[in-house]
Amino acid sequence: MKFGVIIFPGSNCDHDAYWTIQQVAKQPVTFLWHDSHDLENCDAIIVPGGFAYGDYLRTGAIAKFSPVMESVRKFADGGGLVLGICNGFQILCESGLLPGALTRNVGLKYVCKPVHVRVENADTPFTNACRQGEVLTIPIGHMDGNYFCDDATLEELRRDQRIVFRYATPTGEITPEANPNGSLDNIAGICSPGRNVLGMMPHPERSSEPELGGTEGFKIFQSLVGAMAEKP
Amino acid sequence: MTMSAAAAITPDLIREHGLTPDEYEKIKQLLGGREPTITELGIFSVMWSEHCSYKSSRVHLKRLPTRSRRVVQGPGENAGIIDIGEGWACAFKIESHNHPSFIEPFQGAATGVGGILRDIFTMGARPVAIMDSLRFGPITPATDISEKELHKNHSVLEGVVSGIASYGNCFGVPNLGGETKFEPCYSGNPLVNAFALGLVRRDQIFYARAAGEGNPVIYVGSKTGRDGIHGATMASEEFSEASEAKRPNVQVGDPFLEKLLLEACLEAMQTGAIVGIQDMGAAGLTCSTCEMGGRGHVGIEIELDRVPQRETGMTPYEIMLSESQERMLLVAQKGREDEIFRVFQKWGLDGVEVGRVTTDGKMRVKQHGQVVAEIPNEALTDDAPLYKRPLERWEPPVPREMPENIELAAPGDLTKNLKHLLASPNICGKRWVWQQYDHMVQTNTVESPGAGDAGVIRIKGSQRGLAMALDGNGRWCYLDPRLGAMHAVAEAARNVACTGATPVGATNCLNFGNPEKPHIMWQFSQVVDGMTKACEELEVPITGGNVSFYNETLGEGIYPTPVVGVVGILDEVHKATLPHFRGTGRAIVLLRAGEVGDATDVESEFGSSEYAKEVLGTVWGYPPELELEREAALQKAVVEMIQAVLLDSAHDCSDGGLAVTLAEAALPASVGMRVDVASQGLPPEFVLFGEDASRVVISCDHSNLSGIQQIGVKYGLSLDMLGETAPEQLEIKLDGRVAVSAGVSELRKVYENALEAALQAEPTTVGAG
Repeated sequence: MKFGVIIFPGSNCDHDAYWTIQQVAKQPVTFLWHDSHDLENCDAIIVPGGFAYGDYLRTGAIAKFSPVMESVRKFADGGGLVLGICNGFQILCESGLLPGALTRNVGLKYVCKPVHVRVENADTPFTNACRQGEVLTIPIGHMDGNYFCDDATLEELRRDQRIVFRYATPTGEITPEANPNGSLDNIAGICSPGRNVLGMMPHPERSSEPELGGTEGFKIFQSLVGAMAEKP
Repeated sequence: MTMSAAAAITPDLIREHGLTPDEYEKIKQLLGGREPTITELGIFSVMWSEHCSYKSSRVHLKRLPTRSRRVVQGPGENAGIIDIGEGWACAFKIESHNHPSFIEPFQGAATGVGGILRDIFTMGARPVAIMDSLRFGPITPATDISEKELHKNHSVLEGVVSGIASYGNCFGVPNLGGETKFEPCYSGNPLVNAFALGLVRRDQIFYARAAGEGNPVIYVGSKTGRDGIHGATMASEEFSEASEAKRPNVQVGDPFLEKLLLEACLEAMQTGAIVGIQDMGAAGLTCSTCEMGGRGHVGIEIELDRVPQRETGMTPYEIMLSESQERMLLVAQKGREDEIFRVFQKWGLDGVEVGRVTTDGKMRVKQHGQVVAEIPNEALTDDAPLYKRPLERWEPPVPREMPENIELAAPGDLTKNLKHLLASPNICGKRWVWQQYDHMVQTNTVESPGAGDAGVIRIKGSQRGLAMALDGNGRWCYLDPRLGAMHAVAEAARNVACTGATPVGATNCLNFGNPEKPHIMWQFSQVVDGMTKACEELEVPITGGNVSFYNETLGEGIYPTPVVGVVGILDEVHKATLPHFRGTGRAIVLLRAGEVGDATDVESEFGSSEYAKEVLGTVWGYPPELELEREAALQKAVVEMIQAVLLDSAHDCSDGGLAVTLAEAALPASVGMRVDVASQGLPPEFVLFGEDASRVVISCDHSNLSGIQQIGVKYGLSLDMLGETAPEQLEIKLDGRVAVSAGVSELRKVYENALEAALQAEPTTVGAG
């Protein structure tokens, strides 16, 4: 059972995810270099936050062409677990592993703050340690987190319960005020049809230790560890 | 020797380079009597600029205390370094980027952050925190400000904040806040002072020193372009209406490239093949070449044809003076170059051997095999001009006693005036600023911006943490430069102490007007004196920093504005204490190190307060008195109380006085209070909003009071039992009668929304309709 954390040039939450997996979840973990196709037999891949290739053109637009993403695509097609956080979510959308796109926040500014997300589907490998409808406090930090997709896709996401997290009030209501970036339908995270690929804008690694002011993000990692243990 | 391209050096050309006729004569003398080439003239011009040479300030800076048993590296390197125990050291420094930020706010501020980050990682330290101290002109309408100026101030603020955000966020270093203040004097001269701190193992520090004859000199990072030429010279002049034309002198930042440079440099350092390394900041390739040679007492010879260039046809002058960002110069061990090249290749960066180390102590620059500049290193560094400029005592044009026409408010106005202060730009919540900064990346942030007086980070793999704070009150320095500077040090250190950390070191950024004016130089000298005294008493040596003169536009200078950054160590970071009340039914105590002064003192000191400026609209008098010995005792006492886990919260009492401090402690967790303050016969405004120094508001469990008392007595403090935290309502009584009463949620709204509201409002002039 091994985690792999991808490093793109410009990734800057790679070490944070690595630390959480190694020091908090106490699981084996290795870094994967963008320029290599080798996933080193990892059982779960983290596409971390940051600014891959500077994100100058469009978030994730260049990262999707890197050799490692070719392997990640195959890995995901085979049912492998992939978690994209923030810039990772953007890269997964650009790569076509998840539908839709993340556009500029409605406020046109970078926003860094803790937000509340409601768990819309607790039956995924990433949320099985959460209760359905549970509200988690997890920080965001992004400029482009405004999720958008066409009506048909949104319909499909809803129908298949693939909306995993939605921005909510502390008591779990889905309101425009609780939406920090203008995301369609308050979407904070979605998964693939097979439930094995999750993209989320909030940073669970930033709320995985009490010293940092919260531990609710750790449930995502806990869920993953549980899911991996169940896998044959 | 043969020199190419002998352009005629005319007196005009010399003046355009910011050099005086005397300085030019000295250049000739240092060159053995010959005329410099145009390239050499350019090199002297930047290296002898105020910005690089500190020619007006050096004689004064020598007075600052720079040593302690913890100081590993004092001023003179890229950053100061302090030993923080367990094999760790931290490198930190603050630097100004005022001039570029006025001309081009976004890029000016962004490259300010980029520059200070390079100063840190060039020493082998990974940057783990940044902060910034910002000063702008007013952003709210007033009678004496035009609509155009308001617009300009809004756009400078917006540009600076988004520039800092864009650079720091992409680079991946948490921004722990700092301070943002507004005064009319900064309208034409905003201040952008960027602080950075990095961690390095004590035995893995790198220095900017060349050594070893024949060792290769390697250029890494971004290509050299025509941007930023004469940036350092620009920073050494006053502004005029023609300054707009200097926009091309401002460099453009590439935080992505800097992130790659960071990773590549730290990885290359691990090979053990690097002898010395320095970033190319102000004065670019020129500065790094002669300073690295100078520090190592060797020479460096470079061939410009090998320097990676962004544009064709660049002259030696342009290449040597370019301030293109994200570049480093390093000296490697001969024969091990490939190990270094491999690392830079991996990160997709240019790494090119551009020269070698020689033994002759000279900087020799060649192009197409011909020497275009040959200058002894010392001529550019140690032998740079040193001025003992005339000083002239200066009195600010304000009354020293309270003007007769000042009407203190009727009792009913105190609540309204508290709200006024909480909404004033200098005091209100700065969420609009720091929410644009990634303050959580690297997952070390224990105390976020906005949460506290200081930023606190943990050190992974250790129990320890570091606290840091930036402070400086320009208005106080304007009224009394010496005392104001003492306050800057004391407040920064007090803020650090309020987290539970022991202050151990400091860095300073000294922002002043034109040093050629004797009264400016006097202000500078006074500030250095005050800072020296405070740093000595509070045991925080200055390990580095920077001086920014010529902060004047059309002859109007800024307030003398020293900004001090203090760093402190927490042995057990989990004990770090926040400034806000955590629950109801807890005791609220005011710790005081000084005595309440007599009525005349209090009146005169009240004139320097935010209340006088904001509510009364007049400034007079002096900054509050400060007794450093008592201040030191207060800080030690607070640290001891926190280490003994006796406190719920500790909040430094400063801008806006006791009432604002209490409100700030109440707002974050929406906890109210019932307190009763003894007025000791003073007017209510003085008691509630006076800014007496050396005071800290703490809250605690009642059962801890005796322990707190014991420590307080040991350090000679006065403890005023103010009252208790309570639900929702903030109620302050004076001698038993209610003076201030307001709902916490209401105050919170006022405090949190003021800045955003001011910026969203379309600027209009008061009375202009």
